[in-house]
Amino acid sequence: MKDDITRDERVENLKGMGCSRKRVEDARFTQGKGNYVDDIKLDGMLFGDFVRSPYAHARITNIDAAAALEVPGVIAVLTAADLEPLGLHWMPTLAGDKQMVLADGKVLFQGQEVAFVVAEDRYAAADGIEAVEVEYEELPVVVDPFAALQSDVVLREDLVAEDGSLPDGAHGPRKHHNHIFTWEAGDKEPTEQVIDTAEVVAEETMYYHRTHPCPLETCGSVASMDKVNGKLTLWGTFQAPHAIRTIVSLISGIEEHNIRVISPDIGGGFGNKVGAYPGYVCSVVASIVTGKPVKWIEDRMDNLMTTAFARDYHMTGKISATRDGKITGLHCHVTADHGGFDACADPTKFPAGFMNICTGSYDIPTAYLAVDGVYTNKAPGGVSYRCSFRVTEAVYFIERMIEVLAIKLNMDAAELRRINFIKKEQFPYTAALGWEYDSGDYHTAWDKALDTVDYKGLRAEQAQRVEDFKAGKTRKLMGIGLSFFTEIVGAGPVKNCDILGLGMFDSCEIRIHPTGSAIARLGTISQGQGHATTFAQILASEIGLPADSITIEEGDTDTAPYGLGTYGSRSTPVAGAATAMAGRKIRAKAQMIAAYLLEVHDNDVEFDVDRFVVKGAPERFKTMKEIAFASYNQAIPGVEPGLEAVSYYDPPNMTYPFGAYICVMDIDVDTGVPEIRRFYALDDCGTRINPMIIEGQVHGGLTEALAVALGQEIAYDDMGNCKTGTLMDFFLPTAWEVPNYETDYTVTPSPHHPIGAKGVGESPHVGGVPCFSNAVQDAFRAFGNTHTNMPHDHWRIWKTASDLGLHG
Amino acid sequence: MYNFEFENPSSIAEAVAALAEEEAQALGGGQTLIPTLKQRLAMPSKLVSLAGIAEMKGVSIADGMLTIGGGATHAEVAAEACPPLAALAGQIGDPAVRNRGTIGGSLANNDPAADYPAAMLALKSTIVTNNREIAGDDYFQGLFETALEEGEIITSVRCEIPEGANYQKFVQPASRFALVGVFVAKYADGVRVGVTGASEEGAFRWDEAEVALNSNFSAAALEGLALDAEGMMADIHGSKAYRAHLVGVLTKRAVSAV
Repeated sequence: MKDDITRDERVENLKGMGCSRKRVEDARFTQGKGNYVDDIKLDGMLFGDFVRSPYAHARITNIDAAAALEVPGVIAVLTAADLEPLGLHWMPTLAGDKQMVLADGKVLFQGQEVAFVVAEDRYAAADGIEAVEVEYEELPVVVDPFAALQSDVVLREDLVAEDGSLPDGAHGPRKHHNHIFTWEAGDKEPTEQVIDTAEVVAEETMYYHRTHPCPLETCGSVASMDKVNGKLTLWGTFQAPHAIRTIVSLISGIEEHNIRVISPDIGGGFGNKVGAYPGYVCSVVASIVTGKPVKWIEDRMDNLMTTAFARDYHMTGKISATRDGKITGLHCHVTADHGGFDACADPTKFPAGFMNICTGSYDIPTAYLAVDGVYTNKAPGGVSYRCSFRVTEAVYFIERMIEVLAIKLNMDAAELRRINFIKKEQFPYTAALGWEYDSGDYHTAWDKALDTVDYKGLRAEQAQRVEDFKAGKTRKLMGIGLSFFTEIVGAGPVKNCDILGLGMFDSCEIRIHPTGSAIARLGTISQGQGHATTFAQILASEIGLPADSITIEEGDTDTAPYGLGTYGSRSTPVAGAATAMAGRKIRAKAQMIAAYLLEVHDNDVEFDVDRFVVKGAPERFKTMKEIAFASYNQAIPGVEPGLEAVSYYDPPNMTYPFGAYICVMDIDVDTGVPEIRRFYALDDCGTRINPMIIEGQVHGGLTEALAVALGQEIAYDDMGNCKTGTLMDFFLPTAWEVPNYETDYTVTPSPHHPIGAKGVGESPHVGGVPCFSNAVQDAFRAFGNTHTNMPHDHWRIWKTASDLGLHG
Repeated sequence: MYNFEFENPSSIAEAVAALAEEEAQALGGGQTLIPTLKQRLAMPSKLVSLAGIAEMKGVSIADGMLTIGGGATHAEVAAEACPPLAALAGQIGDPAVRNRGTIGGSLANNDPAADYPAAMLALKSTIVTNNREIAGDDYFQGLFETALEEGEIITSVRCEIPEGANYQKFVQPASRFALVGVFVAKYADGVRVGVTGASEEGAFRWDEAEVALNSNFSAAALEGLALDAEGMMADIHGSKAYRAHLVGVLTKRAVSAV
């Protein structure tokens, strides 16, 4: 038999790995046909919303809901007292702490959930909320974590024993009643000794400010308890639907088979939708109590003020080196502000996430990290906003320390990086803080980046600019921001990565239909990443059916195999690997079927794009389409009918994407406005599945990096009032502020991943934040600046110029 | 949002009558009022829309005078007013805001960070209401405070077209309101400098700058002039000193651009 198309055309028809297949999701999203949780409308559905605390710290002496229950349309008002008999007035957090679902005698942050008003619609709920009378007795407010560790004010009485002693927390001994944990990595004494005796030491204190992922869609849920069948269906904005099902089962006592969790379309997560929130629990309880479906949807203010802040790390570093710039040691201490509850979404054994990747891309022989977690009167969270767990903080820390060291050494910061990079031949490389980096080729990437932007030319231009500025010829300074990052993603190996005991494997289940199309279901859930597009591409290449003939489905726990969800750039490293492995099982069975049909031995056929061919006789073949039909309909001796496979993939290691970013900006000294002239981003995410989607991810991640570096923050006043509760004050960049991004790549496949892919969604954010920040700081280096804290909004940049005496 | 009555009159007279009711509130383009209602920060008994009143529409230029209907949208001002004011209107909010928001609504609200007040102070404006004319210099009376009486409607504004003018807006990045905005207008009989966004007292004219520019209309004439930081606003986006400094910088830039 002969084909009327060429092999190249057959490859093209698959739309497999490496092609810029257009996103299959976009037809519905761009036409307003997405199905988000707020689009779910069920018969008789009620609406619940919260009475929230206006105070950051107060005792609640009374809650009177009588008047609220008189409001037309109000059905019920739930308080902690109502939840207590069910054991649901508190819930476990992902960080081993517990959190009030509804205020149990006191509130710990402004906006905390005090009572849940259930009504026929949102308007009636709002009327009911106003009618609930809550008596507060204000308590002293502690917003500064350093003050918290000195304060007599006890934020969490529930964590102090009756005799006043402090029982251990989930992560060991606690030093003070507002202290949560101390977490250490590396070797303390050897590191201190290296630093104490070093030729050169640079020190810096930096604050990585509190911010928020602020996805376009806020959090929400719809709970529907079918009392006849005893089945609970819960729709919600869940980045980890299976984990939510297990947690709901564990805390409610409803058996897991009677709970169906569905994540419909999600309008951006960025870490905001990993955790479990009081709204989810209250919608479930309210549905059980009322027997009707209950919806809860945050408004923007609720979202910014109460669910899932990110960062808030006070970091102190010491880095030592020889006089010629070889780094010898790194010391890092973090005071981590967790707010009123420790609700970080990290793997359980890592209370500060993967902060211990803070040696970065450098061969640093000795290092030590200690993190102290602290309670304050701020909202809980500590999520990984577009990054793997605390990796933005780690990379920001090391990329700033490198710059500070370069200043101390009076050395070029690009050269300092180059002479300290881990060398290609050192991989797999075990870092001083314990991680085994799987692969990398940093020098190649760095040289490509520096050459592309003409780094030497830029430095010469910058030096001239400084002269011109001093001569009064210009009022604009030029900053060159450098950043070289190594991410650690793909959590993770079950041996050391779990959340509340749930191992962080992931899964894929494939069913091939008789006519040669397929459905694959995964334990992950797309929030805009384009899984339905890219996972079908992986499968197309693995099983030889066109991506356009493969449906990808995620998010329904009744149909999808168990997995830990989508965050920390883990979908491709873990579920993508499961997809490839399941595809290979399909292919193995297809090989047997093909051999049978072609009447040759199994080993005499080989896979070729979309078919199995007889070795040496390519005109004899069976296409995967033919094999699919045969698998069901042609009785093959010794082989079960059907063509299905499932794979649960426990990754042997994390993956370590890396990249080289360079930003060039001109800063108007008189106004503090930075004008980004150029942004070059080279990413190495291993094997590239869909270049167009990678580019989109890089653009998005860089834009969120720009936001965080240049103005986005969650700020509080001394009374614990959140000053950034709306988009009038919380900076969300749009096309207006975003520069043109130049993207580039190298490819260093992961040696342990089935297709060599590493994950990319978060790299641009991780690498972008220090790049923007370094550019701002670099502009002022010639005038004596070593470090200023983010966010570098116009005012703070102007203030830096002012403090350096540049306003005459 | 609380419940309210809604009226949609087609003439100024009908609107004035409808607004006579206690707790009635005029609704221009709703770009401030509607979000305020959604937050339940206002509870009018009745909203009286001014959007259907034909006599409050339109932008015209005649005999050196610019007249803008109180119901003209920012987009209409951006398309039809004299260039410096058109440029200002084109920088308000985003297209959705500009297609709904009106000049009359903005001036009646007198947000301290709004753009129009700087222009109205600089452009020798007259605020025309349903029953009188108010000189622009007398109209702005502090944050969200104006000379308008209860139930009074801005039906149009008139501005004298200057020899040259320029508006420099310094954008607060989150809201894109003016962190500071300076409108400089040059007339045969003198220079006027209107400033918005900066002062705790709302929009104001920078007298010292006007004096300096009257004798020498150049950025150099402003060297050494500085606003006192006391009396400026401060928030998370900028200190008093920053705002005072920006007024100076922007005024120079506006003069250079005229």
